[in-house]
Amino acid sequence: MEGYVVSNLLVAGLLALGIFAVWRASRSRLWRDAGRELVRRRPIALTAVGLFVLLGLMDAVAWVDPPATAAQLAAGDAIALRKPRSLLDRLFPPDFEERSYSAPLADVEFYGGRPLRHPGRHLLGTDILGRDVLHLTLKGARVALLVGGLTSLIVIPLALVFGVTAGYLGGGVDDAIFFVMSTLASIPSILLLIALVMALGRGPVQVCVALGVTGWVGFARIARGETLKLRELDYVQAARALGVSEPRIVLRHVIPNLMHLVVITFVILFSSFVLSEAVLSWLGLGIDGSWGQMIDQARNELSRDPIIVWNLAGASTGLFTLILAVNLVGDAVRDILDPRTLKERR
Amino acid sequence: MSESLLEVRGLRTVFPEGDARLPVVDDVDLAVSRSETVALVGESGSGKSMTALSILRLVPRPGRIEEGTLRLAGRDVRSLSVDEMRSLRGREAAMIFQEPMTSLNPVVSCGDQVAEGLRLHERVSGRAARRRVLELFEQVGIPDPAERLDAYPHELSGGLKQRVMIAMALASRPKLLIADEPTTALDVTIQAQILELLAGLRAELGMAILLITHDLGIVNELADRVAVMYAGRLVETGTREEILGSPRHPYTQGLLRSIPARAPRGERLAEIPGVVPPPRAWGAACRFADRCPLVMDVCRRERPRPVVLAPSHVAHCFALEPGVGSGTP
Amino acid sequence: MLAYLVRRLAWGAVTVLGVLLFLFLLFFLITTPDDIARKALGEKAPASVLEQWKKNHGYDKPRFWNPQHPADTMLVEHFRRMLTFDFGRSDADDVPIAERLRRGAGPSLSLQVPLFVLSLGVAIALSLLVAFFRDTYIDRSGVVLCVLAMSISSVLYIVGGQYLIGKVLRWFPISGFDPSPEVIWRFLALPVLVGLVANVGSDVRFYRTVFLEETGRDYVRTARAKGCGEGRIMLHHVLRNALIPILTQVVISIPTLFLGSVLLESFFGIPGLGSITVDAINSNDFSTLRTVVYIGSLLFILGQILTDLAYTWADPRVRLE
Repeated sequence: MEGYVVSNLLVAGLLALGIFAVWRASRSRLWRDAGRELVRRRPIALTAVGLFVLLGLMDAVAWVDPPATAAQLAAGDAIALRKPRSLLDRLFPPDFEERSYSAPLADVEFYGGRPLRHPGRHLLGTDILGRDVLHLTLKGARVALLVGGLTSLIVIPLALVFGVTAGYLGGGVDDAIFFVMSTLASIPSILLLIALVMALGRGPVQVCVALGVTGWVGFARIARGETLKLRELDYVQAARALGVSEPRIVLRHVIPNLMHLVVITFVILFSSFVLSEAVLSWLGLGIDGSWGQMIDQARNELSRDPIIVWNLAGASTGLFTLILAVNLVGDAVRDILDPRTLKERR
Repeated sequence: MSESLLEVRGLRTVFPEGDARLPVVDDVDLAVSRSETVALVGESGSGKSMTALSILRLVPRPGRIEEGTLRLAGRDVRSLSVDEMRSLRGREAAMIFQEPMTSLNPVVSCGDQVAEGLRLHERVSGRAARRRVLELFEQVGIPDPAERLDAYPHELSGGLKQRVMIAMALASRPKLLIADEPTTALDVTIQAQILELLAGLRAELGMAILLITHDLGIVNELADRVAVMYAGRLVETGTREEILGSPRHPYTQGLLRSIPARAPRGERLAEIPGVVPPPRAWGAACRFADRCPLVMDVCRRERPRPVVLAPSHVAHCFALEPGVGSGTP
Repeated sequence: MLAYLVRRLAWGAVTVLGVLLFLFLLFFLITTPDDIARKALGEKAPASVLEQWKKNHGYDKPRFWNPQHPADTMLVEHFRRMLTFDFGRSDADDVPIAERLRRGAGPSLSLQVPLFVLSLGVAIALSLLVAFFRDTYIDRSGVVLCVLAMSISSVLYIVGGQYLIGKVLRWFPISGFDPSPEVIWRFLALPVLVGLVANVGSDVRFYRTVFLEETGRDYVRTARAKGCGEGRIMLHHVLRNALIPILTQVVISIPTLFLGSVLLESFFGIPGLGSITVDAINSNDFSTLRTVVYIGSLLFILGQILTDLAYTWADPRVRLE
């Protein structure tokens, strides 16, 4: 199957999962109240996050146009159209490229002064290969969502399984999982990340796996600790005394009581993954098309004279806005869901 | 009798919630004379602890004192500067708290914590302070006081911790000791020992005590006079004999009937139906009306006026007003 | 105490073995010696050249199963060499790895120690200040600034700092290193400053939370009731309690100061362990990378042990059973 078809299916699946999660949560009054409180406290940050998600989705849904007609072929612009283009790409003209750098809204190239193909239309200028910086910046949202969102979506269930299993079963299983966790936690995280990417090879999936292996231990430890506490609670003991099966106890009594931690962790991990990817890009190990990579490319441009800042500006604005919005939402989520702060506020 | 050591008039302490300000203490009058023990009695949530904290201006944020006068040892507490207030705390009036477990700093040794109280108000050398702390430890009946000086709070039992708290409070020989539920968190046998200690210290040092409690048994043992609070307001004040012997306010009567030792044998313990309403439900009228067996229409409309039953005995209840209620409830 | 120390050290040793096993998994099973050789020599290198390269770099043994000599495998060799600190030579340029790391430690420390001390001092001072003014305008704007600062990628701090201070203001050289004591500070000033600014946001926020948690406790009310001033309460009572969680954060990073900073060093041209790591990435120098990760983990585990010991020292409630 073609890569873009897989990606489209994946997007559809994720969208369905997201809708299901929201629907499931909205059935409980506790979560509904928390959601309302979140909307009340952080309307702007939530909107910003929503916009980024929309951009990411738009860039993830792509298709190939039907074969060109004879007339188009004759016009000579059909070859470029045979690549799959995303919904986001289609907001821009099909051949929206120049030969090299051009300043924002310029009519001529930055070096040499040859006239541009699309004079005055590149809002944020073009990069060294003549690509439109605004277009690249918007496309960076998809990579960021992939790095932050998909990685957390893989990591959290894994961490939950390991953490809860270790905490609930105890004994040898706990010892084994605890050993693995403390081994991974004993490697400084930046070195662990580098070692993983070097061993797994470069590429989006490899980077996500590397980030995941580095990031799961923290949450698994929290889940283990909470499970240990929950296991001793009276109502769990009572359920056990009544003969409720162990998997059922875990599913009905343990996991639901960890969900607030899952949500808080998701938001925190998301921004840490995106920021880590920027560091990896800096070391030449990042994902193609990420904001981190744009910044990495742009760092040499600052030593040019006259300097070129628009490439850096586009990427860093995207990165900063997304992380700030997620951090603000994360802060509010933590305030709302963390029972300790709830107690303090009362 | 000379001027009171502590005089509280029309105290009103509020906590902002949203746009509203909830008066957790609402127009409370209180007086404590030298060497006198006054008990402030009420259920939890009645505002008695907040009254105590207000006296030393220790109301936690965002709460604050909004109205009223507070005179302590002849000084107007509300008009003092922060520094003057600080030098007053611990020296004129000291306070001990309900939870000896959390009220002591866990990482500072007990001796140092008591010495700190001493050295904040007097110039004393380290060795002199240590000697004085040792005396205080002996005074409050801590066994092996020399060894306890360097002990950390977690190494002591709850009763010993409360004794350390008391030693800390006594460090600068205050004229008034405010004891906020000093025995509630302790075992029954330890409770008795701490009460005995307080009674002994009072006799020995001649200090006044403002005792905050919900336990009428303790009131009976220690108090000279009693003030009963309900939902932020005073409902009845009088001497110990008046309040415990012939209570007049229906709330005080209910409170007394619910003590096991006082109820006739073989009979079901009486209880006051319902619970104390939360501050946001407090209106201007009588706040006990919903739980009162003698409730009348006027109780739900107006605030009860003080009714003087004896020179020292005052109750706030319409049922006690001649011509309004049926007379004696 | 001694029994606790022995147990803690034993667990540390077990973790070291775990790290070595993990490294073997990464660099001998997932990326095999064949992959490494091919990366060094190119895809089209003939088999004989690959074999020769592997032989030269000591990758020519069976990986973990040798029927003739059970002890003569890569697995055993890997453990033996790492545990005896016999790191061999670089895959890329045959320089002895131990020698290279030894040379990198000095520059790394000269960057990290001032950065560490300054960050700690500034973060604690600022967070005490913010916590002291809790629930006021100062506190709120402090928190907003922290969140803003945390949302900026550390990469951007480096680019921005270098451009603004090095290029526009020309206060310090943009990059480079000279270990002679008269000029070293000129090269360190900029990276230290950038590192400080990059970290201060999240540090202040963490310490502020710790301080605020402590200022709400009952013992603070007790201290107030006996006549303590707010300043004394902060410095004497709150700081002493808050030191416990802060200590656990701080002590763990002391041994890892040797590791330097991958980002700062590579960008500011400081030839420390961070730069060595980046060079190893760029030249596919797996043997150096492996060693750096191993040394880093050793130091980190040491930090964890020190943290536990510091904890028992700082908190009288912790009893050693």
